[in-house]
Amino acid sequence: MRVHLHTAVAAAAALVLTACGSGDTGGGGSAASGELSGEGTGDSCTIEAEVPVGAVLSLTGAAASYGESQQRGLELAAAQLAEKGGVTYDLRIEDDQTDPRQGITLFDQFVTDGVSLIIGPTLSNAAVQADPIAQEAGVPVLGISNTAAGVTEIGDYIFRNSLTEQAVIPQTIAKATEEFGLQDVVVMYSNDDAFTESGYEAFSAALEAEGVTVSETITFSKADTDFRALLTQAQQSDPDAIVVSALIEAAIPLVTQARELGIEVPIIGGNGFNNPRLMADAGQAAEGVVVGAAWNSASDNPENTAFLADYEAEYGAQPDQFAAQAYTGLMLVDQAVRANCAADRESIKAALGELQDVPTVLGQFSIDENRDAEHPAVVQVVRDGSFAVLE
Amino acid sequence: MQQLLNGIFIGSIYALFAIGFTLVFGILDRLNLAHPAVFATSAFVGIELVERGGLSLWAALPVVFVFGAVLGLVIERLAFRPLKNRPDAHFAGLISSIALAGMLIALLQWRYGPDTRRFPAGAFPETRYEVAGAQVTLAQLVILAVSLTLMVGLTYMVTRTRLGRGMRAVAENPTAARVLGVDVDRITAVTFAISSALGAVAGVLFAINVNTAQLGMGYAIELKGLAVIIVGGMGSLPGALIGGLVLGLAEVFAVQYIGSSWRDVIAFGLLFLILLVRPQGLLGARKVREV
Repeated sequence: MRVHLHTAVAAAAALVLTACGSGDTGGGGSAASGELSGEGTGDSCTIEAEVPVGAVLSLTGAAASYGESQQRGLELAAAQLAEKGGVTYDLRIEDDQTDPRQGITLFDQFVTDGVSLIIGPTLSNAAVQADPIAQEAGVPVLGISNTAAGVTEIGDYIFRNSLTEQAVIPQTIAKATEEFGLQDVVVMYSNDDAFTESGYEAFSAALEAEGVTVSETITFSKADTDFRALLTQAQQSDPDAIVVSALIEAAIPLVTQARELGIEVPIIGGNGFNNPRLMADAGQAAEGVVVGAAWNSASDNPENTAFLADYEAEYGAQPDQFAAQAYTGLMLVDQAVRANCAADRESIKAALGELQDVPTVLGQFSIDENRDAEHPAVVQVVRDGSFAVLE
Repeated sequence: MQQLLNGIFIGSIYALFAIGFTLVFGILDRLNLAHPAVFATSAFVGIELVERGGLSLWAALPVVFVFGAVLGLVIERLAFRPLKNRPDAHFAGLISSIALAGMLIALLQWRYGPDTRRFPAGAFPETRYEVAGAQVTLAQLVILAVSLTLMVGLTYMVTRTRLGRGMRAVAENPTAARVLGVDVDRITAVTFAISSALGAVAGVLFAINVNTAQLGMGYAIELKGLAVIIVGGMGSLPGALIGGLVLGLAEVFAVQYIGSSWRDVIAFGLLFLILLVRPQGLLGARKVREV
């Protein structure tokens, strides 16, 4: 009896194993079987099959407002590419619910589904945990909003088109120092999030480089909503500005309460502040907030003007940076696919790394040797309820 | 001065929340862990009333008070009454109230989604005062006034009215109270209603204070509420008031003098210290149970 049982278990196990095995080769096989390459180069490139592209976005949860913009940007790009023809994309967008564990599950699923490339995830926090799965499986990833340090260091399959905080923040601080004559500031950041923590490090390095004194550093939790005690503390050292690295959920009450307490100095925010909800929800209090950004919405390059008009026509609203970066992301993938007219994982990976001076919505765009984005940044200030270029 | 006021404002909300918590515990010897869910639900309902119903911020408060009371009756009926005759009624009620809290939060998520919600722009009066160099908004003053009024009113009710006498009788000994003609079921239901109404108002006031309502806001205050009622002395109403203010001030002054990273360590450490010195809590009486 015992022997029979063992055999049965072994047989069942073998079945499961073969099932998994065949699933794997099926997924990988279709990607490398040649369907995903075609004739011609660049604009004349034609690929028969639809190129499967997965996107992991935070459509619900704390980061939902970013994810929603990204979804719109991606869908607009996919629609335009489909219209252009030659290469079409089967864009599959999934929601990670702002939960890194869900992100891991979705990455696993996309890897086995045989997608050529994964776009996302929305938050750096999730990227740090989910990207290693794609790296391991040899699936290229293009981050469209990950700005924390160390994301592309995960491996040679991980790219991003989002300027890192390390690239934007020094420009923000330099510009603000010049504009407001900053001498000493108070720095506040939430110390339980990978993104805001790396933003803080970039701020503190940039402030040191500019010779600005940090009279106090105050930490809080990303779930905090009452900042009065912290702000009063900040107020007492009479700073020239308050520098904050926080997500939008904390940024809104923080800015509102700062103004209530009579803090009128500029508040300089990290990328988390770069969200139209800041003005929508904080209203008058948001005036004078300074934010560095990767995308200059007022830029008059032809790609940007076209994007603004198309987005407005499609959704009846102004795009934000997350939409612009998402849109650019899929456009860059298209560039990479057309470069060798091949959409398998390895070709995309090779071509993404060679992107140089591509004209995009974000300006002249290149991927550097660390697979990070290179393009000009912009420093904005909130004026009359919208972002204006600080000058 | 500003920090003192910050501490008093947040402390008065903690106190209002904790008083509802401790009322049920003190009178009925039950811990109602659906209380934090009432807190969160009411904040969302309050925002909805202002946003959709077009009520002013202050007109919404009495409506939420009534809503909280009804919710309290529902909690008592669903989570506590069916289990009251079980030998392990305390523990069973605790668990079933956790379950009910989970359901309330799930309903909220279904209705409002997972996003943070805020009062519509312009719902707040812009008035600001300067008190001894500190900035105070009208909203904050009203928060303090409402909290204090409710707490004083409750204390008066418990000590001076017929209903309050009934409550104290039930607290002393439910069986004896029933023998003496007190309607224990009615007292129980009313206690739950009042407790939840206070928790509900605390929820809206908290949402007004920081202009933020999140699904998880109840969990954040649950631990603080428990700490407050333990420090104040389980079941003691003035104890909960003082405990709330002590916690609010401890948090604020921890930020002020030690550092923001240490806020929770200091605040809860202080509470721990109080318990070491006075195990029965600040105003708790040592309970002597006679067998």
